[in-house]
Amino acid sequence: MFRFIVRRLLQLIPTLFGLSVLLFIWLRRLPGGPETAILGERGTPESRAAIRRNLGLDEPILVQYARFLRRMIRLDLGTSTGTKRAVTTEFLERFPGTVELTVMAMILAVGIGIPLGYLAARRRGRFLDHASVGGSLIGICIPVFFLAYVLKAIFAENLGWFPSSGRQDPTIGATRVTNFFVLDGIMTREWDAAADALWHLVLPGIALASIPLAIIVRITRASVLEVLNEDFVRTAEAKGLTERTVRRRHVLRNAMLPVATSIGLQTGLLLSGAVLTETVFAFSGIGAFVAESISQRDYPVLMGFIMIIAVVYVLVNLLVDLSYSVIDPRVRVR
Amino acid sequence: MALLEVDDLSVTFARRGQRTVRAVDGVSFSVDAGEVVGLVGESGCGKSVTSLAIMGLLPKQPGLRVGGKAVFDGSDLLQLDDRSRRDIRGRDVAMIFQDPLSSLNPVIPIGLQVTEVLTRHRGMKGEAAAKEAAELLDRVGIPDPRRRLKEYPHQLSGGMRQRALIAMAVACQPRLLIADEPTTALDVTIQAQILELLKDLVRDSGTALVMITHDLGVVAGMCDTINVLYAGRVVETATRRPLFRQPRHPYTEGLLASVPRLDAGRGERLNPIPGSVRDVLPWPDGCAFAPRCARRVDECVGEPPELVLTHDARSYRCVNPVPIPGLTPEAEVRASAPTTAEPGTVPAQAEPADPPAAPGFGPAPREEETP
Repeated sequence: MFRFIVRRLLQLIPTLFGLSVLLFIWLRRLPGGPETAILGERGTPESRAAIRRNLGLDEPILVQYARFLRRMIRLDLGTSTGTKRAVTTEFLERFPGTVELTVMAMILAVGIGIPLGYLAARRRGRFLDHASVGGSLIGICIPVFFLAYVLKAIFAENLGWFPSSGRQDPTIGATRVTNFFVLDGIMTREWDAAADALWHLVLPGIALASIPLAIIVRITRASVLEVLNEDFVRTAEAKGLTERTVRRRHVLRNAMLPVATSIGLQTGLLLSGAVLTETVFAFSGIGAFVAESISQRDYPVLMGFIMIIAVVYVLVNLLVDLSYSVIDPRVRVR
Repeated sequence: MALLEVDDLSVTFARRGQRTVRAVDGVSFSVDAGEVVGLVGESGCGKSVTSLAIMGLLPKQPGLRVGGKAVFDGSDLLQLDDRSRRDIRGRDVAMIFQDPLSSLNPVIPIGLQVTEVLTRHRGMKGEAAAKEAAELLDRVGIPDPRRRLKEYPHQLSGGMRQRALIAMAVACQPRLLIADEPTTALDVTIQAQILELLKDLVRDSGTALVMITHDLGVVAGMCDTINVLYAGRVVETATRRPLFRQPRHPYTEGLLASVPRLDAGRGERLNPIPGSVRDVLPWPDGCAFAPRCARRVDECVGEPPELVLTHDARSYRCVNPVPIPGLTPEAEVRASAPTTAEPGTVPAQAEPADPPAAPGFGPAPREEETP
């Protein structure tokens, strides 16, 4: 098990190296550059060249890449050309918000999706089944930002049950430790701060959960239906086991394999793609920041972000593989 | 009273817009305590559906109808509610399935799959259950049972898996064991071992065994009484020796003739039954086997052949049975089965009046009269 984890983590090195080469060439080939974003229409060719020189963009691409690699080894992602702050600092401030949001969304999606998918399969062809299959289709079809606006309009602005924007009420004056606001509140025993941060997560969490929820419901349902027809379920029934034991021990556990894969993929997707939801709820996560940096041609931020997402994907998939080996002995890792 | 009395069991699958399928169409047979009864027939004749219907394991689906009776120890298994049926399954009536790999849960160790039966029906837990499970594995011939308990199905060989399934089935010393083609997925040497094991278990514990198979070799080696099924009905019932020596139903004869023989000449061809199991006549319109039957006569079509009970503990469903050498058809005691008769058993009044079956004692041999 330990060797498996180490091996997978070592695989990260060639992955990141290849990715960085690809990205470097790709980004530098894009027309326009940070100087256009900074100077806008007013820039003269001379001032543009000055800025490029200043940022080191006039040097041969190999030299630039070598410098990038040297910094990477020291875990230094450079300085944002947009905010003039260290990219790592920016990320440490913003990424925790997105992580919290993703965790919230996935808890909702998994917590509701698996039971709902399971029940739909058990009541196949009846109302609950049709409702959840139809509902999940709607869930997939509704654009996330639209759902976010609707939720915000109804539950935050009209009913006032939830806050409409931000990650926490600034008047609470919470202590910052990790920038995971909920975690900070718990660690510093500032319960009101933790609760407030959690409260801020509900609406964006629901909006973000809609697509993974729909996917998990469908995959769970299909998987359970398949397992229900397996011979070993019949064996379990022939043993006279109670329905509860048959369901839990024999059906659900076998049905979880495809669901685990999907959960992993969805988590990675949310971490990198919460832009719209974060924008609607003015939630200072990483999504909005990165979207901005694309139009700014903020190379260090983009490089850093994509590298981090790559690492996150590998880690999430590692977790999925580990969960596989917990669920299914046939793919147990050595 | 027999241990299991299946009477006029029928299973139909109705689907909207499609013809209703009668998978089992009035199967009747009985099993006495300690007896080994065979259900034999081609694929699709309703053997497995019969056993699943008795166990209440047919997949629940709209359009499924199970009729008739399956009386086990005084109670009709088909009428029980789900809860009492679960109480009986695994404890009094157990079942062994065809494909041992897919019949075992791949993600749970063998040990738990054995102990869960013990926990459910015998209230055993923890170390006591593990000890009993190890003993069960040992009894079915799995070496090093303690280690095997921790292993998963994919780590066992095919024969071991079937042994493990048998261990789960006999865990509560059931009074009736239904084995649905238990050796089909195994290679020949393992088949013999598994059959030997089943025989031993049945002999030692007095468990009755219903052996479902298409393999006449298995039947010849194990069964006391044999029911031959065709198109969802029992067409012939007999004890082992008479069935193999003198099959009466043309279908039984065809089955026996189609078995390849080692002592046959090299160039000799196999003798399959012509046609396929799909070429059936619906039973109400006559004998379902008629379209494939070499002994077909006009009376075969029109109405279903009635059950004929004969002197030597057998019954068949045929109007023109295979003649017994040295015995004329008139010499047989023929009796139309009254609806209350128990097929598979010999009517008491049929026995004393019987003429002896041995050639020489009966009327002089004659050629079979064919109308």
